[in-house]
Amino acid sequence: MKEKILEIISNYKKDKTRLMDILHDIQGVAGYVDEEAIELLHKELGISTSEVREVISFYHFYSSEPKGKVNIYLNDSITAVMHGREAVLEAFEKECDVKEGSVSEDGEFGLYHTSCIGMNDQEPAAIINGKMFTRLTPYRVKEIVKDLKNGKDIKELIYEGDGGGRNALPEIHSMVCNNIRRRGALLTHDYTPFDVTSNILGKSSPEDIISVVEESNIRGRGGAGFPTGMKWKFGRKAKGEHHVVICNADEGEPGTFKDRVLLTEFPELVFEGMVIAGYAVGADIGLLYLRYEYKYLLKYLNGVLEEMRSKNVLGNNINGIEGFNFDIRIQLGAGAYICGEESALIESLEGKRGEPRDKPPFPVEKGYMNYPTVVNNVETLASIPKILTKGADWFLGLGDKASSGTKVLSISGDCNYPGIYEVEWGTTIKDILDMSGAQNVQAIQVAGPSGALIGEKDFGRTISYSDLPTGGSMIVFNKQRDILRDVVMNFMNFFIEESCGSCSTCRNMTTVLKERFVKILDGKGVASDIDDLLNWSDVLKVSRCGLGQTAANPITTSVTNFRHLYENLIQKDVEFDSGFDLEESVKESCAAVGRQPILHNM
Amino acid sequence: MSKKVIATASLAGCFGCHMSILDIDERIIDLVELVEFNKSPVDDIKKFTKRVDVGIIEGGCCNSENVENLRYFRENCDILISLGECAIMGGLPALRNGIPIKECLEEAYLDGPTVGLNSEKIIPNDPELPMILDKVYPCHEVVKVDYYLPGCPPRADLIWDALVALLTGSEMDLPYEVIKFD
Repeated sequence: MKEKILEIISNYKKDKTRLMDILHDIQGVAGYVDEEAIELLHKELGISTSEVREVISFYHFYSSEPKGKVNIYLNDSITAVMHGREAVLEAFEKECDVKEGSVSEDGEFGLYHTSCIGMNDQEPAAIINGKMFTRLTPYRVKEIVKDLKNGKDIKELIYEGDGGGRNALPEIHSMVCNNIRRRGALLTHDYTPFDVTSNILGKSSPEDIISVVEESNIRGRGGAGFPTGMKWKFGRKAKGEHHVVICNADEGEPGTFKDRVLLTEFPELVFEGMVIAGYAVGADIGLLYLRYEYKYLLKYLNGVLEEMRSKNVLGNNINGIEGFNFDIRIQLGAGAYICGEESALIESLEGKRGEPRDKPPFPVEKGYMNYPTVVNNVETLASIPKILTKGADWFLGLGDKASSGTKVLSISGDCNYPGIYEVEWGTTIKDILDMSGAQNVQAIQVAGPSGALIGEKDFGRTISYSDLPTGGSMIVFNKQRDILRDVVMNFMNFFIEESCGSCSTCRNMTTVLKERFVKILDGKGVASDIDDLLNWSDVLKVSRCGLGQTAANPITTSVTNFRHLYENLIQKDVEFDSGFDLEESVKESCAAVGRQPILHNM
Repeated sequence: MSKKVIATASLAGCFGCHMSILDIDERIIDLVELVEFNKSPVDDIKKFTKRVDVGIIEGGCCNSENVENLRYFRENCDILISLGECAIMGGLPALRNGIPIKECLEEAYLDGPTVGLNSEKIIPNDPELPMILDKVYPCHEVVKVDYYLPGCPPRADLIWDALVALLTGSEMDLPYEVIKFD
């Protein structure tokens, strides 16, 4: 094993910034990263063992403990729960004889929970040895485990057929479905790959390109909505030995899966968007950070890059443009929501824990390896070639005043037709609900857990940077759903799990809020507890990054829009109740010393 | 004006906060003019003999007796103050909160380096003993607490100023240095 690990390390030229890849490769041959490997990494890469360990422990898909031969990661996002996750989990536990969060005694199966894997329109879903399995049922679980026990190859286990579209390609061969329900400007097939590179780039200066992008008024599609043209301008202006363009494909916001579909069906658009950004910014390094959950697309995407190289859309003097050298490398993540935050993503790209950086300096000044770096979302980059082909005015003609163009939405939950819907900005929530066949709607989570939970009175509002901004996630809940116990609780658990722990506010306050929230759910709450939830949530706004700043949103938006649900649960005419239960709190110690609790007179 | 009545208790604390009360030095003579002490380790009164205006609690709750005592104070005091880090946050005793109680007890009585005299190898389980709580609780997680005086221990001047403010109904001056993080 030692030789193999040394070989892996030398494959990456002992480059410590490639630690993510090195760890993936070591896990690929050894199953996990053991002490010996950690020692070797320390010696060969020139970093301390604790630096290695802190990276391993940070990411969900790395392990310093032995795992099963087959590892099952079952998604625990709210839509999975709504579509029968519990029964699927029970089936896995029974068939594999293993409890969630552990490895079976015979070492065959490891069963773990994992945060949203981008399959909200086809839940419950699980990643089994890197392969995606969707729409699981207890029956399917039985079948899959039986086949695995009989030694069948994981690739042969898909009886559902492939998911259609390019999912059917041999390089992908996946049962994942695209579920594109509505196409607009972006998803329409009116694009000839690499047209812009061959026909427009050579004839326009980088400044010309930037000014078209600026005129189009396109804003970042990942959620924050920063004007793309302005970002490019800053990136171009900043001085550095190299310039970098990064495509953020760490789509982790629960309920979002549009980047997965864009990368499956339109990778040429995305990559050409990167090439154009590279030209405009003056970049020579291109990186696409692909979340580990989408690893099943990696081989295929690398194939597309190869094709681009062979056509000189990537490489040196691209398309004959003297001095325009640009290539793209795909970096695989390892399971961390926080890496969707651009500076955390950059840290991860440098082979470190994905902890957000202090800002300023912003990535456009000092990003990847401290080079000026432009980070754009998949959808933003995919829009660029079309904007350049059809013109800024065409793009401005779509959408509303504050937000030009279209938005690709990922709709899931209680609706008849979950999937991908491309609509113009400015569309009302009600129209979107009608499109997706949602009935009897109680609430919608707009823009994922970090967004807002809204109710009927807001269904007339529009998705827009001036009204309800969104990165694309929309989860529908009908009137049968228990909004607090199921939805808000799931989201709070998500933030607690995904907080990087760097800021004490985010590390602690998420748990403190949850405890107070649980107290209310347990019927021990009083009126002041509801106000405490709101007031304490403010503390989170001092956190360093967007995760911490929005981690209380499930609580604050549900209190604001569904206050009656909370008020129904609190004790009437009781001013104070700490929720402390003496009987409960002495149980453990009395059991440990073998005595009966005496509770009279207390 | 009748004297205000004060009571104090040390729960899961080290008595350092009580020492800090004594640190008001000669002002204690002024204090005696203003107040009378009821149940308190200072005068060793075990049970409340009258209604109390201000109860001062040092330490959090680590066992059932602390809880009982704290609830007894809440019932008998108009105003309750958490005095010092342990009462407010659990303090040093709360360091055990991340460790399962069974492990704590085993380390303390069976496995630790200082358990040589425990020849019977038992964890004390006499019914007379207070029951240990699953974790150390700050006072406000058990009863309603009206005021908090931070510090480890809170400075004597802070205690003095707070008591004077409470007893005379005047506003208290809380400069940044007193409430800053560390």
